[in-house]
Amino acid sequence: MRFGLLGLCCASLAVAADLPVLIQNATILTVTNGVIRGSILLENGKIAAIGEKVLAPAGAMVIDGSGKYVMPGIIDCHSHIMIEAINEGSVSVSSMVGIGDVLNPEDIAIYRALAGGVTTANILHGSANSIGGKTLVMKMRWGRSAEEMKFQGAMPGIKFALGENPKRAGNITGFGFAAPGQAARYPATRMGVEDVIREAFNDAKVYRASWDEYKARTARGEIAIPPARDLKLEPLVEVLEGKRLVHAHCYRQDEILMLLRVADDYGFKIRTLQHALEAYKVAKEIAAHGAGVSTFSDWWAYKMEAQDAIPYNAAILVRKGVLTSLNSDDPELMRHLDKEAAKTMKYGGLSETEALSLVTINPARQLMIDNRVGSLEVGKDADVLLYDGHPLSNFSKVLKVWIDGHEYFDRDADIQQRTRLEIEKKALIGKAAAERSLSRPAGSGQTVRVQGGPAL
Amino acid sequence: MRYLVLLVCAIIRVTVASGQTYLIRGANIHTMAGPDIQNGSVLIRDGRIAGVGHNLAAPKDAKLIDARGLQVYPGMIDAGTEIGLVEVNAVRETEDTDELGRYNPQLVALTAVNPSSEHIPVTRVNGITTVATMPEGQLISGQVSLIHLDGWTTRDMGIKARAALHIRMPFIQTEGRRVFVPDNESGGGAEPGAGFANAKRDFDKQMSDLNDFFESARRYKLARDTKAPDFKPDLRLEAMVPVIEGAEPVLVTAIREREIRDAIAFADKQRVKIILCEAPEAWKVAKEIKAHDIPVILGPVLALPLDEDDPYDRAFTTAADLDKAGIRFAFATLTGSASLSSRNLPYQAAQAVAFGLPHDDALKALTRNAAEIWGIGNQAGTIEEGKFADIIVTDGDPLETRTRIHDLFINGKLVDLNNRQKDLYDKYINRP
Repeated sequence: MRFGLLGLCCASLAVAADLPVLIQNATILTVTNGVIRGSILLENGKIAAIGEKVLAPAGAMVIDGSGKYVMPGIIDCHSHIMIEAINEGSVSVSSMVGIGDVLNPEDIAIYRALAGGVTTANILHGSANSIGGKTLVMKMRWGRSAEEMKFQGAMPGIKFALGENPKRAGNITGFGFAAPGQAARYPATRMGVEDVIREAFNDAKVYRASWDEYKARTARGEIAIPPARDLKLEPLVEVLEGKRLVHAHCYRQDEILMLLRVADDYGFKIRTLQHALEAYKVAKEIAAHGAGVSTFSDWWAYKMEAQDAIPYNAAILVRKGVLTSLNSDDPELMRHLDKEAAKTMKYGGLSETEALSLVTINPARQLMIDNRVGSLEVGKDADVLLYDGHPLSNFSKVLKVWIDGHEYFDRDADIQQRTRLEIEKKALIGKAAAERSLSRPAGSGQTVRVQGGPAL
Repeated sequence: MRYLVLLVCAIIRVTVASGQTYLIRGANIHTMAGPDIQNGSVLIRDGRIAGVGHNLAAPKDAKLIDARGLQVYPGMIDAGTEIGLVEVNAVRETEDTDELGRYNPQLVALTAVNPSSEHIPVTRVNGITTVATMPEGQLISGQVSLIHLDGWTTRDMGIKARAALHIRMPFIQTEGRRVFVPDNESGGGAEPGAGFANAKRDFDKQMSDLNDFFESARRYKLARDTKAPDFKPDLRLEAMVPVIEGAEPVLVTAIREREIRDAIAFADKQRVKIILCEAPEAWKVAKEIKAHDIPVILGPVLALPLDEDDPYDRAFTTAADLDKAGIRFAFATLTGSASLSSRNLPYQAAQAVAFGLPHDDALKALTRNAAEIWGIGNQAGTIEEGKFADIIVTDGDPLETRTRIHDLFINGKLVDLNNRQKDLYDKYINRP
C-alpha cells in the first residue's frame, strides 16, 4: 500500500507535492508593498505568508536568507524563445497562425532565461506581418510539456507590426523576410500598413455581423445557415470584443498614432505597444488611449527607425502615466532584465521600486495576470527569486527560482551536475566514435555489421 | 621613399591645443598604478596629467574641481569596437567596416572614423574615453586604430592609427553551407562527409594562402631592403612590413578552440606577435595561451553559450578563468549589435565580477591592461604623471549602472556630458 501511495505521488505533477519553503532573514522586495526584512513562506504553490517572523510549518525546507534578496519572478513581455517558427511571411495578415502550434518545450533558452530569473514570458510571432499570429503567455516550467508550461487563465493575444519590418517584405529592394522567388507583397509603405489593418478589421466587422445575424435568426426560431468559419477573422473578432490582447511592434511616433487612431475608429484597444522606441514623443496620446508600452532599456542605432531611440524612454513614459515594462526580444538579453531595469535609474532617475516594477508587476498588468504574479503578495503564485545581492546591482546573481512553489533552478545544483554531464558527454562521444570506426574500416567502403546489431 | 612616409604616418602625434589647467581636489583617486590615494588631487595641464598626490598646490590659472566624496578613475578603454565606422547597422551607406577582398592590410580604420558619429558622445558619458575601432572582414581586414572619444577631427582623436593588423582566423565552415547527405547504401551519391571535406579543403586553401601572403611580405621586405633592381612599391605588402618585423601585433579573431590553437601555431610559424580577439573558448586553451604569453581581448561577457550543452554562465565566467590562469586580458564589446553597445562596457565587466572575477582585476582589465595590450601603456590606462589626462570623476563604482559620472576628461579637456539622446530627453520630458 505504501509504495502504491508513493507511486501516486511521483506520478502527480501537482505542485502540492512540493514541500513548503520558508526563506528567513532575507531582504524581501515585494515591489507592491515596499521592502520587508524577514521571511516569506511558499506553500501549495502560493505565497502563504510574508512578515518579519513567519513560523515554519511541519516539514518545511528552511533557507537562511541572511544577506540575500528575494523578489518576484521576472516577466518578459516580448520573447521568441521556445517556438519553432517565427514568421509566416507570405501574407501580411496571418492571424490564422498561432504560437500554440509551434512550441518546443526543450528549447535550452527556457532554462537559461530561468537562470536569469524569468518565470513568465509573453511568446510572440515575429514582425513580418502587419497583423501577425496568436500569442501565448508561458511559465518557464523547465522539464514540463509545452501544454504544462502554458499560463492557464492568461488572456490570449495577437501580434501586430508596423514600420520597417512589415513593409520590407513588400519592397522588391527589401530584404529579410521574403522567401527566395517570392513576389512583392503589399504593403511596402507605412501608408499601406495602415490600410492592411483597416481592411482586415473591415472584414472582421462584416464577418461578426454575419454571425450576429445568424445568432439573432436562430434565437427567433428561424432556420438559418451558419456562416462559414473564417480562421483568419475569428481572432480579429475576439480583438473587437476585448477577448484578445493586441501587442503591436512599432518604432516611430507617427505609426504609433496611426495605430491608436485605427483602434479608436474600429472600437478596440491596443494593450501594449512593443518596442515603441519613440513612444516618449507621444506619451500623452498613449496614456489617453490606455495602451501600455513594453520597450528596450537602451537599444538603438541598429536600424533607421531606431535612430531616435533613447534610454530615457521608459522613465519618460512612467513619469507621463503610461503603464511601462522592459522586455528582451532576445534570448541573451532575457537573462539580465534585472540589470536592464537598473538602467532606468541612471537614465531618467526612476526609483528602485519603479525600476523593478518594469520587469515584474507592470508586465503582469499589461498581460492582465497581475492578480496571479508580478509581486510578492500573500495568495499570489509562488513565482519567487532568491539573489545573492540586490537584484539591481550588477554584481548580483540569481541563486534559486521557484515557480508555483516548485524549485526550477538552483545554482548550486546546476554547478554540481556539470561534472556528471561532462562525463556523460565524453562517454557518448567515445561511443559514437567507436561505432563510426567500426562502421568504416580503413580502406573499405563495404557495409559492416556490428555483432548483434543492425546493418550500419 | 614612399614607405618611409608610410612609417612616419604610423604613429600619430597627438597635439592638443594647450587648454585649461584643472586641479581635481578631495577625491579618492584610483590610480590603478598603486594604492588608492584618499583625499588626493590630480593636476591636469596641456592635455596631460601633470601631478597626482596629496595637497597639490593649485597653480594660479587652474580651474578647481571640488571632488570631495567622489571617486576618480582612469577613463575606461573598450578594447574592440566599430565606433565611428558604423552609424546605423541596417543602412549600408553608414557602414565602413567591411571592404571587398580578403587581403587588405593597407586599410586603416582611422581613415573612416566619423568624428561626428552620435555613438561617440553616447558612449563616453558612461566613462569610456578610449576605444580600439576595427575593420571587420573575411581574412585580413585592415589596421585597428586607437582613438579618443573626443576631438574636432580624426587627427585630434587618433592615438595610434596602426595599432594592429586585424585577421579573422580561417576556420572550417560547416554551418551555413549546403551539405549533401549521401545515400551510401544504394551505392549512389557522394562520399560520406563530403560537406566536411569541402569545408576542410576551403580551410586548407585559406591557410596556405594566408601563409603565402606573409611569405610574399617577407620577400617584398627583402627586395626593398636590398634595393633589388626590379623592386616596385606595393601598398598592401608595405603595410605588412611592421607586422613581419614584429613591430606591430596581429589582432586575431578566433572563436572556437581549434581556431585559437591554429592562431597560436600560425604566430609561431610566422614569428609574429598576436593578440587574441573575441576568443570565447580561450578558457579551453588557457595553458597554451599563458605559455606563449599571448594577451586576450575578450569579446562580450553578456553572450549566450556557444553550445547547447555549455553551462548557462559559460560566457560570464571566461574572464575569471583567464584571470586565474594568469593571462593578460581586456574587455571588448565588439559593437556589432544593439545590445552590445560600447556604453555598456563597464556593466559587461561587472557581470564577470558577479561570476567570479575579482573586482580589482576587472577594473584593471578595463584600464591599465587594455592600454598595455594595445601598446599605449606608457600613455594611458593609469593616473600617473605624464599620461593622457583621460579621467572620470564619479559618485561611486563605475561598474555599477546607477553610478553617475560627474566629470569626464579626455586629453585634458573637460568634455560635455550632453548628447543627442539627452537633448531628446530634455525636449520631450517637457512636452506639454
